[in-house]
Amino acid sequence: MASSTVASSAAPRPGRRRVPRPGLGADRLFRTHSALVFLFLYVPIGLVVLFSFTAGDYAGELRGLSLRWYGAAFDNQFVTRALSSSLQVGFLTGILSATFGTIAALALQRVRPRIRTAYDTLTYVAIVIPGIVIGIASLVFFVNLFGFLNPLLEAIWPAALGPAPHLAPGLQTIVGAHTVFAMAIVIVLVRTRLAGMDRTLVEASADLFATPWRTFRQITLPQLSPAILAGFLLSFTFSFDEYVITSFVKGNITTIPIYVFSSIRRPPVKPDINAIATVILAFTLLMLVAGWLVYRRGSRRSDNSVPVSEPTADV
Amino acid sequence: MESEGRRAAPGRGSGLVTALLLAPATAWYLLLLIVPLGILIVFSFGTRSDVGGYAPGLTLQNYIDLPTRWPAFQNTLTLALIGTVLCAAIAYPLAYYLATRAGEKRTVLLILVILPFWTSFLVRTYAWLQILGTNGIPTLLEALGVEPRPVFLNTPAAVLLGIVYNYLPLMVFPLYVSLERLDKRLLEASKDLGANRLRTFFQVTLPLTAPGLVSGALLVFIPMMGEYIIPSILGGGKIYFVGNALVDLYLQSRNWPLGSAAAIGLIGLVVITVTIYLRLTRVSSQRDVSLL
Repeated sequence: MASSTVASSAAPRPGRRRVPRPGLGADRLFRTHSALVFLFLYVPIGLVVLFSFTAGDYAGELRGLSLRWYGAAFDNQFVTRALSSSLQVGFLTGILSATFGTIAALALQRVRPRIRTAYDTLTYVAIVIPGIVIGIASLVFFVNLFGFLNPLLEAIWPAALGPAPHLAPGLQTIVGAHTVFAMAIVIVLVRTRLAGMDRTLVEASADLFATPWRTFRQITLPQLSPAILAGFLLSFTFSFDEYVITSFVKGNITTIPIYVFSSIRRPPVKPDINAIATVILAFTLLMLVAGWLVYRRGSRRSDNSVPVSEPTADV
Repeated sequence: MESEGRRAAPGRGSGLVTALLLAPATAWYLLLLIVPLGILIVFSFGTRSDVGGYAPGLTLQNYIDLPTRWPAFQNTLTLALIGTVLCAAIAYPLAYYLATRAGEKRTVLLILVILPFWTSFLVRTYAWLQILGTNGIPTLLEALGVEPRPVFLNTPAAVLLGIVYNYLPLMVFPLYVSLERLDKRLLEASKDLGANRLRTFFQVTLPLTAPGLVSGALLVFIPMMGEYIIPSILGGGKIYFVGNALVDLYLQSRNWPLGSAAAIGLIGLVVITVTIYLRLTRVSSQRDVSLL
């Protein structure tokens, strides 16, 4: 791909009516534009990080350097509790989505085309429907569900077990609602990976009398694991940062996005928000880089394992 | 139950295993996607009970009342459309640069484009609140002698900036892919046939990368329409999107039926967009075939 680019730009045909300018001006133009776009993308984030180190009393400025607001943020019980709620929500959503999404993707390989199409449609619906609609719909659903289940539970709950549990929105409902979207993402990722996978290894394994379970564990799963892990990390970061759906089904749980959103809606904003924002940025960044590294290593390893006959072909 | 599955899969288990593997996804889609959306549809034909919320009914009144929320729909469509066009205008030269001129740096640069998109959405929007807020650019401009101090926050332009900023990376990728696949010999041929750069761009490059442009537009337009956070933070409740109208109807005036109708309206917009997209891509793939 790269060679054709070089060839076409390096060899302009001479002797035409309109000899194109040497392309240097255009090159500079494109370069400048791209640099500006990158500035546009990164300066706002950079400012948040920069301002988080202020020693002053107001957000949005840098007055001396200190870690004062990091201390303030982590001394704040509401912040640490919100952070822990978000971590729990993200982790649970990640685990559920990665598990359910992966097994669903595997199963979808083996069902009739019509059923597969139905599930694929649902997957796209889950991805495409705006979060705000999902949030409201989930709220209405949970209100109705709990309104129906709670009296029922009270009626049939054996008195010997104490008072009947009262179902209410909370951590579970947040995880439940997040998992719809996150699972859909995992299904897409794993199905893409499955489609690009070499089936000959699976067939060879079956020919060598491996049980289906063993074939799955030794052939399919290792090839899928980068996609599954990427799915887990994407689900985690999505859920960790999700505000809209959460705001409808959270009950009295406060996650970190909920905390940040309500703080910035009530000015004056304190610099501790910048500190919290920086921590969130650093955390999501860490997850992404980790995921990317594992994904790359995993896919390279599985690519390398394919040409069994020619181990020297490795670059 | 799915015993007629693909025969190419050796060693496949029984239909029962397949059904079990699909069970969690089925439960989730059924309970937390289909049923809730079904409830919304039912609600949209009901009436508001006296204390707020929903009372059963069968009326089209909520859909007839929907035009009272027309400003929200109008805002959403206008800003999302302008936002999509701006994203395309900004992303196209960048994608072109990455695909044709960036050389070996391009992988790194591509990752740098998408990276902000996967970091916290809320933080990125908050960043602009800080920049556009009174202590940000307005104070800076005042110091430079601009009188009176300009106001950026809570204007349509601020919301537009917010949506372009947040969704721009999604536009770059499909454009990059289509530009990268573009057969450079066609540009060469166009040049040989005497077309200048501008003409080559409009008659060769742009039509051939149209699928990427259309995919990118879909990827940014749909989330822009469903946006709630950006208009709330950068629009300060003054620039209404459908999402904001929904929240108001549900949580403030507690008119669940009208809120449901508005939600169905928003879904309708998404469906129309996807339909147009499918129509467009079908046309363009047919044209590709006829070109051969």
